[in-house]
Amino acid sequence: MEEMKVLLRNVDKINPKDAYDYAKAGGFEGLKKALSMSREEIIKVLEDSGLRGRGGAGFPTYRKLQFANSTENDTKYIVCNADEGEPGTNKDRILLSKDPCAIIEGMAIMGKAIGAHTGFIYMRGEYTYLREVLYAAIDSCKENGYLGENIMGSDFSFDVKLRMGAGAYVCGEETAMFESIEGKRGEPRYRPPFPGIKGLFGKPTVLNNVETIANVAPILDKGADWYRSMGTEGSPGTKLFSIIGNVNKRGVYEFPMGINLKELIYDYCGGIADGRGLLAVQAGGASAPFINKDQIDIPLEIDYVASSGGRLGCGTIMVIDDTNCIVDMIQNNLYFFKEESCGKCTPCREGTTRLYELVTKISSGRGKMSDLAKIRGLGETMANTAFCGLGRSATVPVESALQNFADDFEKHIDKDFCPVCDREGRVL
Amino acid sequence: MINLTIDGQQVSVDNGASILDAAKVANVTIPTLCNHPDQTVKAVCRICVVEVDGRPGLQASCSTPAEEGMVVHTASPKVIRARKDIMELIMARHPMDCLGCQSNGSCELQAVAGGMNMTKPSKYDMDIRKAKVDKSSPSIVRDMRKCILCGRCIETCSEVQGITVMAKENRGYDTMIVPPYGKSLVDTPCVNCGQCVQVCPTGAITIHDDTMEVYNAMEEGKVMVATIAPSVRINVAEALGEDPGTVSTGRLVTALKKIGFDRVFDTDFTADLTIMEEGNELLYRLKNGGTLPMITSCCPAWIKFAETFFDDHLDHLSTCKSPQQMFGPLIKTYFAEKAKINPADICSVSIMPCTAKKFEAKREEMNASGYRDYDVVLTVQEIARMIKTAGIDFANLEDTEFDNPFGLGSGAGLIFGATGGVMEAALRTVYEVVTGKDMAPLEFEPARGFEGIKEAQVDLDGTIVKVAIAHGLGNAWKIINMIKEGKADYHFIEVMACPGGCIGGGGNAPRTWEKVEERRKAIYEEEKRLPVRKSHENPWVKQCYEEFLGEPLGEMSHKLLHTHYISRHDLLGS
Repeated sequence: MEEMKVLLRNVDKINPKDAYDYAKAGGFEGLKKALSMSREEIIKVLEDSGLRGRGGAGFPTYRKLQFANSTENDTKYIVCNADEGEPGTNKDRILLSKDPCAIIEGMAIMGKAIGAHTGFIYMRGEYTYLREVLYAAIDSCKENGYLGENIMGSDFSFDVKLRMGAGAYVCGEETAMFESIEGKRGEPRYRPPFPGIKGLFGKPTVLNNVETIANVAPILDKGADWYRSMGTEGSPGTKLFSIIGNVNKRGVYEFPMGINLKELIYDYCGGIADGRGLLAVQAGGASAPFINKDQIDIPLEIDYVASSGGRLGCGTIMVIDDTNCIVDMIQNNLYFFKEESCGKCTPCREGTTRLYELVTKISSGRGKMSDLAKIRGLGETMANTAFCGLGRSATVPVESALQNFADDFEKHIDKDFCPVCDREGRVL
Repeated sequence: MINLTIDGQQVSVDNGASILDAAKVANVTIPTLCNHPDQTVKAVCRICVVEVDGRPGLQASCSTPAEEGMVVHTASPKVIRARKDIMELIMARHPMDCLGCQSNGSCELQAVAGGMNMTKPSKYDMDIRKAKVDKSSPSIVRDMRKCILCGRCIETCSEVQGITVMAKENRGYDTMIVPPYGKSLVDTPCVNCGQCVQVCPTGAITIHDDTMEVYNAMEEGKVMVATIAPSVRINVAEALGEDPGTVSTGRLVTALKKIGFDRVFDTDFTADLTIMEEGNELLYRLKNGGTLPMITSCCPAWIKFAETFFDDHLDHLSTCKSPQQMFGPLIKTYFAEKAKINPADICSVSIMPCTAKKFEAKREEMNASGYRDYDVVLTVQEIARMIKTAGIDFANLEDTEFDNPFGLGSGAGLIFGATGGVMEAALRTVYEVVTGKDMAPLEFEPARGFEGIKEAQVDLDGTIVKVAIAHGLGNAWKIINMIKEGKADYHFIEVMACPGGCIGGGGNAPRTWEKVEERRKAIYEEEKRLPVRKSHENPWVKQCYEEFLGEPLGEMSHKLLHTHYISRHDLLGS
């Protein structure tokens, strides 16, 4: 399999702040076609392409558009999720900083597909320095007639506004993002009503991840068949992977869906750094399972990863070498979730901290075998009852580690200690 | 209609019903904590989760719509295990001091835990939230260690009352519901309405307890004088476990005598007095080009609200004191003289449906008698607890009459307890004073009921008087904005801070609209039974004017029965 440049086609080749430059490189062709199509025709192309959400859940993109299109309302919204809060994930940052016009174009096409005239880009608080790039790109699109009133001489008008987050992971959850854009505390809403019926400001809304939106314009331009020529049957197209951790060549790569995880690590990213052994891989972001070195010979494709109990998620691959301790990694992972729980529902608010406490107890040699049972029980409660995806999936890493690295936990409990930790559980 | 199966039982519910609603139809009780019948669905406590065939995980029954063919299990092993775990997570943060908690016995957390067959408090290490108990307010005590973060108080304070004194701070495990910037309640625009107390499911927000002050005064040998507000007789039996709307006027007088009060007077009397003063003030303003619309001033939460948010329009407020604060000085002057008691030896205790009355009695200017006009204010909840503490079998008490010289209140005074009551009472008197005729019918229907803002017109022999009635401060906001914009062409406006009026007040047993409706029916039924139904026909009021006050708006009235207001705008900060 070869590295491909579909989403990354313009990186470092055009001036990202200049819509004209983007157009010269083949940009806005998708939008041009969309402007002459009906809403249903646009949605049909996306349906045929098989495009699925790149933010985590892998929901078919056309279905979101269908819901919002079939809801009658004079005001509808397109929201671009640029909150990119997954630890170690920076694929959206590349798209936002290197090719923002492609995102704006994708949003305008989606706006046309549902009859929305306003789009919001909700950008991660830490990306403050990208604000000027985005504003410049938006302005340039307007100046060149690709955004604003009567786009490219058509009767379709669409505007894009930028909103900044303030550093809350939960605001990557779509309804919490709506709350945040509306100026409220970032907490998720329950569903139904679904965003396609009642979303941002109570209006029908389609929210998609930056990467998903970046796919829209090329699909409209080159067609569904072209798109399906890449990737797998269930997950067509390419995927951006943020490769982080103990590999030789870290970075953001674009590959067709279905690339083998083992090949990705060893063949394309140069294997484990400093000639060390592989301990574990967490593929799919902070809430993905930790798998061991015998479990990495798998295709990275939405359905396959899901069927093996994981989640391709945002495509972040954290490679962990054998100088690390898995209990320590899990403790660190749970620290993240306890800090990022919004506190709205009981299981997540209390449970994330309790899981962290229990793992800390084990990590520092004070644990008992009964603590493992407590972790499993609490994990089940949270997965079954938490309000939103954050609390429901925060338990996945620890549960997977208990299954795939049971020995390491027991080593800490027996005070037999894993070779890489001192007696207080600190990694040496 | 939607047909579904709850625990093996077929039920049909309306479209839009939740699983929780459907379970009620099936007579299945699903435990809830954040859910409140008068509020929006929150779905945050997760105690009400149920298992639905074909769906992953568990579903919150309060927020999951019932669907055709759904098969629901409300108490499967999976559900029970999850609920118990959630309860243990809550209990590991909750102070286990139920025996010393004001909400002991009325706490929803206690009740839910009690129904869950708990065998130990928690498998998790106890870690009670670090928060100081805020006793700064004379009306409300906040103990955020006991908070379960249901969010009901926030909804009431923000959405119903439109004040937003408190909100969530921090996140995750450290989330806490607090006034902004670490302020104490007393330093916020809190109007002391106590509606947050009404909806708090635990002991996290409670009424400032002043019962010991009463016992202390008794021990000091004070002459104990109690006065009972109109809605107290409607609400106290309910607080003692009887049905909502059970009227217990005579029994309450008996109980108070047993507790140790020497005299028990009826605040309906000063409600009548308020009508005499306020009605005449309205007529004076109408005749002499005074500031209109005139707005009632009986409600201390509304007054503080106006002083904070409406301080550049305070001349709209009637200068009349509330019935409580009219009674205070009369007890320590008129009554003291008549009964030949040194006012310094009197302890006056006002029994109220209201938490804001505690604040009102402590206002600096409330010393027209030369003494603190009211020494103690007790709410319905507190007096109910005192009755229990005294071991009184309230349900089986004989009736006792009120004491003289304020022996009787009119029906007009009684209906002060419900929204629109002050307006109706005032119109009965004003109509007759102006036209010389009885208002017919006496029942002024446009003022009754729970519509947020009620409007009406009355023809006073050719002069059309336009009136409006607002209850709940969210509705008061609307009226205020109309006045600010110059769009309120009313002559007279009644405002009550609590939704439903005093029968829905913050000092009562926990409210629901269903209960408040029962109380409303009771107050109007009771008023029909009373011998006198117009304030100006109350013989004791006439006597009080003849013997002591002179005439409405007269010099003595001015000294004892009228007041002034101050700006509290600085409570809003910069």
